Order: sequence, then C-alpha cells, then structure tokens
Amino acid sequence: MSRISSRFGEIIEKGKKAFIPYIMAGDPDISRTKKVIGILEDCGADIIELGVPFSDPLADGPVIQKAGQRALEQGVRLRSVIELVAEVRKTTSIPIILMTYYNPVFKYGEEKFVHDATTAGVDGLIAPDMLPEEAGSLVRFAKKSGLDTIFLLAPTSTEDRIRKVSKAASGFVYYVSITGITGAKLSMDHAIASHISKIREISGKPVAVGFGISTPEEASKVSMLADGVIVGSAIVKRVTDSDEELRKYLLALRKAIG
Amino acid sequence: MLKKDKDFKEELLLLRKTYVGRPTPLYFAKRLTDRLGGAKIYLKREDLAHTGAHKINNALGQALLAKRMGKKRLIAETGAGQHGVATATGAALTGLDCEIYMGTEDIARQSLNVFRMKLLGAKVNAVDAGSRTLKDAINEALRDWTTNVQTTHYVMGTVFGPHPFPAMVRDFQAVIGREAKRQILKSEGRLPDYLIACVGGGSNSIGLFNDFLRENVKMIGVEAGGRGIETGEHAARFAGGSIGVFQGCKSYLLQDDDGNILGTHSVSAGLDYASVGPEHSFLMESGRVVYTYASDDEALAAFELLAETEGIIPALESAHALAETLKLAPGLSKDNIIIVNLSGRGDKDVQHVARIKGIEL
Repeated sequence: MSRISSRFGEIIEKGKKAFIPYIMAGDPDISRTKKVIGILEDCGADIIELGVPFSDPLADGPVIQKAGQRALEQGVRLRSVIELVAEVRKTTSIPIILMTYYNPVFKYGEEKFVHDATTAGVDGLIAPDMLPEEAGSLVRFAKKSGLDTIFLLAPTSTEDRIRKVSKAASGFVYYVSITGITGAKLSMDHAIASHISKIREISGKPVAVGFGISTPEEASKVSMLADGVIVGSAIVKRVTDSDEELRKYLLALRKAIG
Repeated sequence: MLKKDKDFKEELLLLRKTYVGRPTPLYFAKRLTDRLGGAKIYLKREDLAHTGAHKINNALGQALLAKRMGKKRLIAETGAGQHGVATATGAALTGLDCEIYMGTEDIARQSLNVFRMKLLGAKVNAVDAGSRTLKDAINEALRDWTTNVQTTHYVMGTVFGPHPFPAMVRDFQAVIGREAKRQILKSEGRLPDYLIACVGGGSNSIGLFNDFLRENVKMIGVEAGGRGIETGEHAARFAGGSIGVFQGCKSYLLQDDDGNILGTHSVSAGLDYASVGPEHSFLMESGRVVYTYASDDEALAAFELLAETEGIIPALESAHALAETLKLAPGLSKDNIIIVNLSGRGDKDVQHVARIKGIEL
C-alpha cells in the first residue's frame, strides 16, 4: 500500500480528516521551502503538496502564479524539485505529492520522471491538465513504481467522467470545490455534499477537496463533507511570514479540520 | 449533431452571404505576377470579408453555436485583435455579452483594434502576465472559462486548444478553400500548383488547405521567422521547436529543456505564438505540407510591395505568406499557378509599420 493510502487509512479509521497543505517549491527560495516543509509537518499536516513552478500555470490564480514566477526566477525546475524531495526525505516520512503541469513531465520523459521521482521519495503526482484518457502510459509507469496518480473532478463532472477518473486515480480523488482556479472565492452549495458522496461511492477512494479554502471556518465546513482538506493559495501567501505567525495559522487550520 | 442540423447550416449560409460578404473574391494579381516574372499569382481575398480578416468565419459560426447552446456570454483571446473584433462582432450580432483577453504587448501595437472591440460593445481585459502576448491571453481566457463555464462559451480563435476546437475551427474555416477551388476551376479550368498561407495558430492556412489535401497541389505554410531562428526571437515552431503538450493539445512547441514555454517574437501579433495547431504538426510530419518561415524584414518588404503594385495593404500576418511567394514565384514557369491566402487587411498594422520605419503619424 502506498504511503498516501496508508495515511488516509489511519485517518479514516480514527474518524479524522486529512490536512493537505500546498506550497510552491522554491518560493521564495529552496532553503525556505525546506524549512516550511518541517513547519507544516510540525503543525499536523498529513500530506504535503509541493508545487512545481511552470511558465503557464493555467489552473492557478494570481497568488500561485506569482509564487511560481518567483521560483522560476530562482532557477527552480522539475529536476530541482525532485532533488529537494530526495533531501527532505532523509529526515521525514510524510507523504509528498508533486503538483505540476503535464508538459514538464512529458519533456522530462514519463518513465524517467516516475523513476527519478519515486527514487527521491515522491509519493504522488497531480497534473491538472492531464486527462485520464491521455494518461495511459504515465499511469502504467506510476502503478509499477508505486507512485499515486491523483486526478481532479469538478462540480461540472458527469457520472461518466467520475467513472473514468476513478479508474485512473490512486491515493485519493481531488475534488475541485468550485468551477474556477486556485485561490478563488469558495462558494459551498448543496450540490457539493451529494457530489462528494457520489464520487466516494463510485471511486471507492478518499475524496480531498481543494480550491478556494482559506479560513479555518471554511476548512471546518469542508471537512464535514470530505476526507481531506487542501489549502494552497492562503498558505502560499503566508510562506514569508514569521515562523510564529505561520505556525499560528497552520495550527488553526489543523484544529478546524479535526 | 449541429454539423448536420439543417436550420443551423441555413442560418450560417445566409449570414455568410449577406453579412460576411462571402464568397470573397479570388483575385488575379497581374501586376505582382508581371513584377516577379514567374508563376501566376492569385490572392484569396479574406481581407474583404466583414471585419477585415478570415477570423469572422469561425467567430460567427461559434457565436451562433453559443446562442443555440443557451450561453449568455462569449469570451475570446486575441493576438492581432482580428479575432477579438470578429468575436465582438459575432456577439453584437447575436446579442451576447462579450469579453476579450489581450496581452498588453499586443494592445500597444494593435490599439486600433482595441478601440474597434470597445465600439462593438466588448470589454477588453489587458493581460499583463508572461510574455504579454497571445499565449498569455489564452491562459487567461481559459481561466475565465473554467470559472464561468455554465454561462459562457469560449470562442477559441484558431485550430488549437482542447478537442473539439481544432476540428471545429477548421470546419468553420474550410469555406475558404472550398470557394477558392471553385473559383480557380472557373477562371483557369484547373487546380493551382501551390497554395501558400501564413501559420500562427494555423486557422487561415487549414481553411485554405483543407479542401485540397487530397488533390495534387503543393502547400506551403509560412511561420514567423522574427529576427532569425538563430537569435531565438521568432515564432517558428517547426524550425525551432519540439513536441510538447500545451493549452489542451499535443503539438510542436517552443519550449526549453525543462518543458517551460519560451517567449516568442514576431512583427505580426497574430503569428506571435509558441505553439501551432496539432493538425499542422500532423501535416508536417506526414510531409503533406511544407513549412517554412519569413523574417520580420521579409514580411515588411512584402507588405510594402503589395501595397505599391496592387493597391492592397495586407495584414502583416498575410505578408509572411506573400514573402514566401516573392521567393518562390520567380523560379516557376508562367504556366504555374499559386494561390496565396490574403488572410487579412493591413489597416490595423499601418501605425505599427510607421513606428518601425520611424515615421511619426
């Protein structure tokens, strides 16, 4: 069983919910990212999503776009993020997911990427522009090496779509809470709850919800419905705050998620 | 399916005739032909279509489609502004709201078109990210679409992006080649030897080529060579790029070793784009179409030559196709026939060209 699946297993068994923070690797620089990974773990993160900077981040709002731009200016690329994971792996066993766009993986070479990433200690991959229909070879390589492939579903996803994604997905399913981009305003309507249970039922996998969650109150509401809560832009905004401020915010999220 | 819906087809056909002004003429450029002293040169006059470029063929089709789908709002990206103007026109015609995304770099060099879009009732959103050109405008339009998909139709302007856009835009543009075929058969009694068109995303070229793909006709697509391939300041994806996956499709792409998208340069905003329609990549790899490029300077020279010899000011994009014609025609015999797609008119570029020449207007 993958590190992500077993973590979810433990959490669900205890009746708890997963806290999944996202940060952009290399923003503002690699050494801060290393330090923040430690802080996230200290503050009760269950899984860490590590963003890989990309020139054209289609699914991201202004906060993560700018963070990626800063990281690119630092010279951070997919290969350096993999190296970073190899280094932090020496001191932590927390599951780490890379969130990248597909083209850097394609250019790196799918097989080589899966090999290098899993060797470094990466546990999962999210590429928001990767469709299950087109991901056949990547999913095969990933399965062989034990890398989880996490796909996105949205409020507009049909049942047929949910089935397709469920088949290709491993680890958990990422439910995008809104039609929109990262960092947008959360709006929770009645449909979310029924959509999430339907996804859980069809996929048989844990469902984590992300996009637009920024306050502990929002995180708490989402955690009532989902198996995990993903917080990105709101944390990325605070990465350069003092350690004390950052910890305070993360602990509040952790407490709210339960 | 709408493709086979009789009412939709009739509505589109009538508007093409009475609103767009189709069929556009196929014009024999006698003075240009004499000047070059080789093959006979015909110009497919898409510049005479309503709004001044081929872009209206697709924008009108998609606006009607959006209306049928019950959407309230159209959004689009634009580089040179021609697609933005065409979409704003389609929105005005169908009574839909319209917002256009355009890079700030392009807004600066195509200010006339920005004002036209506003006159047509569209809101123009400046995109100040990345290279501030077409690809960044597409990113922003896709973000808008992701957010407002329930009410909004994204009118992709070229044969690019996720399925079904490459095929749908081609189908709406294929009218160019269908007409050209009929027209050349009427005037010359035979098919041409060459088709030449510029390739940005690639919609005007696919539009011209599509109906000739199974005929014995040579085809040349002309990309933007900018300041030269060796300078890195160009938009020649076939000459300087490699295969990648970007904005919803797999095609040739200007990218670095890490898969990040490179900045591009062209004197013409409409060709200034890092990737190219996937069908062009297929036609290139199969060898059916030959792709080459023209530099900024060559395009500018062709721009002036056509104005002087034929009294037609071409769009800078189309001037790239003309630049290749200037190279090819003199070496061919007088029996040969070339059709060049004059995809747009150059009024929008006049200010920009004056600035390049150091002339204060």
